[in-house]
Amino acid sequence: MSNFPFLSVLTVAPLVGALVVAFLPRHRPELAKQVAFVWSLLVLVLSVVMWVSFNAGGDRFQFRESYTWIPNWGVSFTFAADGIALVMLMLIAVLVPLVILASWHDAESSKRSIPVYFALLLILESTMIGVFAAADVFLFYVFFEVMLVPMYFLIGSYGGHQRQYAAVKFFLYSLVGGLFMLAAVIGLWVVGGKTFDWQALSQVDISTGTERWLFLGFFLAFAIKAPFFPFHTWLPDAGGAAPAGAAALLVGVLDKVGTFGILRYCLPLFPEASKWFAPWALALGVIGIIYAALLAVGQNDLKRLVSYTSIAHFGFIGVGIFAFTTQAGTGAVLYMLNHGLATGLLFLVVGMLISRRGSSLISDFGGAGKLVPVLAGVLFFAGLASLALPGTAPFISEFLVLIGTFTVNKPVAVIATVGIILAAAYVLWMVQRTTQGTLNPALTEVDGMRRDLNLREKVVVAPLIALIVLLGFYPKPVTDVINPAVQATMDDIGRTDPAPSVGGTVQEAQR
Amino acid sequence: MTELKLPSLDYAALAPIMIMLGTALLGVLVEAFVPRRSRHVVQLTLALLAVLAALTMVVLNADDRLVTAGQAIAVDGPTLFLQGAILVLAAMALLLIGDRTVERGGAFVAQAAVTAESADDRKQAEGRNGLTEVYPLITFAIGGMLIFVAANDLLTMFIALEVFSLPLYLLCALARRRRLLSQEAAMKYFLLGAYASAFFLFGVALIYGFTAGVPGRSAGVDFATVNAAVSESPASQVLLFAGMALLAIGLLFKAAAAPFHVWTPDVYQGAPTPITGFMAACTKVAAFGALLRVFHVAFEGGGWDFTPVLGAVAVLTMLVGAVLAVTQTDIKRLLAYSSIANAGYLLVGVLAPSRDGLSGTMFYLVAYGFSVLAAFAVVTLVRDADGEATHLSRWAGLGRRSPFYAGLFTFILLAFAGIPLTSGFTSKFAVFGPALDGGQAWLVIAGVLTSMVLAFPYLRVVVMMWLSEPGESTPTVTVPGGLTSAALMVGVLATLVLGVAPGPLLDLATGAAEFVR
Repeated sequence: MSNFPFLSVLTVAPLVGALVVAFLPRHRPELAKQVAFVWSLLVLVLSVVMWVSFNAGGDRFQFRESYTWIPNWGVSFTFAADGIALVMLMLIAVLVPLVILASWHDAESSKRSIPVYFALLLILESTMIGVFAAADVFLFYVFFEVMLVPMYFLIGSYGGHQRQYAAVKFFLYSLVGGLFMLAAVIGLWVVGGKTFDWQALSQVDISTGTERWLFLGFFLAFAIKAPFFPFHTWLPDAGGAAPAGAAALLVGVLDKVGTFGILRYCLPLFPEASKWFAPWALALGVIGIIYAALLAVGQNDLKRLVSYTSIAHFGFIGVGIFAFTTQAGTGAVLYMLNHGLATGLLFLVVGMLISRRGSSLISDFGGAGKLVPVLAGVLFFAGLASLALPGTAPFISEFLVLIGTFTVNKPVAVIATVGIILAAAYVLWMVQRTTQGTLNPALTEVDGMRRDLNLREKVVVAPLIALIVLLGFYPKPVTDVINPAVQATMDDIGRTDPAPSVGGTVQEAQR
Repeated sequence: MTELKLPSLDYAALAPIMIMLGTALLGVLVEAFVPRRSRHVVQLTLALLAVLAALTMVVLNADDRLVTAGQAIAVDGPTLFLQGAILVLAAMALLLIGDRTVERGGAFVAQAAVTAESADDRKQAEGRNGLTEVYPLITFAIGGMLIFVAANDLLTMFIALEVFSLPLYLLCALARRRRLLSQEAAMKYFLLGAYASAFFLFGVALIYGFTAGVPGRSAGVDFATVNAAVSESPASQVLLFAGMALLAIGLLFKAAAAPFHVWTPDVYQGAPTPITGFMAACTKVAAFGALLRVFHVAFEGGGWDFTPVLGAVAVLTMLVGAVLAVTQTDIKRLLAYSSIANAGYLLVGVLAPSRDGLSGTMFYLVAYGFSVLAAFAVVTLVRDADGEATHLSRWAGLGRRSPFYAGLFTFILLAFAGIPLTSGFTSKFAVFGPALDGGQAWLVIAGVLTSMVLAFPYLRVVVMMWLSEPGESTPTVTVPGGLTSAALMVGVLATLVLGVAPGPLLDLATGAAEFVR
């Protein structure tokens, strides 16, 4: 079974589905939705088969496929997945059907073609899978850039308030990062002897100066994508304007390309530069944690609030990556998965609230729990998961990041911990102002607010809640897959974990 | 007085040029002897057949690597590749020029001598058939371009420059509507073009002076002599540098590089749109073909002297094109500035001192030509009662009215912005890669930075078309006739294919990337 070309099939399948959906007749939107949903379920099934046939103790990269593309430049369609990529692919496969189901009626308010909306979602899935599955730097870059196009139209055509501004800002920010990366990609190609193969490039010896420049080119693109402070300003706009489903994918998966890229490209290809820049990256991560959390506290728009919480979480992921310990690294990767689940859920639930109320302002709510108790309960759960309450999956990842960082860099770990407190503040205050307290009389006049979650919406949230709880208590299946990959990445940059110390300080242990 | 000897002519190698020029002469006769109502069909068929025949000859000559006509014409890899490119792109342009369904009577004026904006002028705009003299003119221009990229001495190059420029000046003046704008464009193009030609000729004279006195050689302006003189001439280097600078001005003017670009937006806007497309695609190929040959063959030894200067010109060109494109409100002017910026990217390729750089530049020329012709094809389609609606505000909501054509245009704009899976990306890679390899990192960084700026105007058009609501004045897209559709589809398909599978054309370009000396 492991000879089956999983990765290329997974990349192409949603694209074929998108074509089918796009050419379904416009006046039969229901059919388009059903086809899109079933198609994404098929992708999910295939992904599960792939997960099962992945050998956690085996090679670092599995399911490798390679086909010649542009021989003149040494470009090939090379796909391969390590544990990190596998986890992300699984996240995509799980989220997309749920997002399609959650967006069932989203496109109807926009007067635009409904089949096209679902086709765009499937195209997006295809490019997202491609970007995580690529093992050729050129191919990665292609997916990295092309991914912008469907997202741009999802935000620009189907979004809410200020969608044009948000779409253009999103596109330009990402494109700017992408072009810096392009310069670095070309540079890497030149110094690497005209090949784009990841494995060949990771063996190349690069002079210190060049390595730092190339690192910067890649890092800038990923820092904008992730986004890290101070390149984050596009995310609240894009997340606030995008339709809830697209926003869940944007924050849940698309932004992970940034942190994934750092793990897969920056660290192994430019190990020395990574170490040299690590203090700066850690600083950006820590600032992001605190700064975004403070901004989140002050938000009055639900979707923008969730976007800011994500920026804070990306700060944690960044700290976890650049702490250079296996624990922190595993925590960071696990966080990428858990954040996708928790924030994805939060975005979807918030989207359900907003579509009922017709407004995304927190001040338009108040006491909503009395009208829609189940929805309010799910929002509360999603919020708790997002603030990393013990028992939910994000707790484990946040904890791993913090203890992994603490062993090597106490101040960063201590400051980052403050972020947890702020997280409690913004989540609980948001939940309180929307669903608790006295009932806002305006709410009772809105028809939508009298309908609690219907079956479709329950089907959307149930798997996510189940996964968050399950991984909160038993993350082993995932960490088993992630650990070897993170270990290999740490080996690439030549860092070994400090020996556990008893009694003495960390500094002593390092000596 | 020595006896005049006739140079030996390799007729097969010269066939493409002779076919085009011969057909142009034949076209003049057609004007005289064929009845008016059938002239259009006869002329168009004749021109297309000539292009096809010339293209066939180029393909048959594919393995030629020779210098003929007494050092005047070099038929080698780059010549054949670029001649092929010019012919293919010219065929597409001819399809646009020949279309009479989009605009009744065609895009050209019926009577050029009528006073602009007069009652007669309004009458001619209402659908009388356009001039058919356009076809001999364009055929002459194509013939001139074919010589231009093959010219192996500076005088032949000058004559070719005039042969293709003069018809273009005229063609610019022949727009059916907005006659004043069109005439102004032609006048500007003519005056500035005449200056540029004069500079070029002056440069030739100085270089001729510089070549005198090389031991064992007589003075001359063929590239072999110039090349020998660059390393051996006892004459002052001032002559060489001044001559090179003046030659460069003449060529960079045609290539629309800053600071010799000021004519571009006005001419692109005023000229009939099919001619604009022809200029943006074919003139670029011809101008850069000549630039490549002059700098890689004649002044090869002086490389270190001109590279910094041309590099500065490249950076300035990219910068001017990108920054000014941001402020444009007219689609044709926007595309003009985009074409200036693209001239900058092409110069980056010219400055990559390697075979890969040469092949990359040639690849870029072809890829860009296809995309830009397709872009102008779409521009001809978006119209209202007064002709083409070129103001950007009029394009608002076009995606809602005509999703198919707006989709095609969006794809082309994404290609211009350099998004992967389009030829815009592969061609940028094809020039940036060798440039970085050749140590021109600063040019690549400038190219990347300006690409970011340039993405904004393209994106603005996309936003206009798709994300804005259609207004009262949003024109509809005229469903094109077969000719324009064919040109548009070829352009879009080429943009896609060269983006997804550039391998074959790259192979062809790499195989062709060696000059005979």
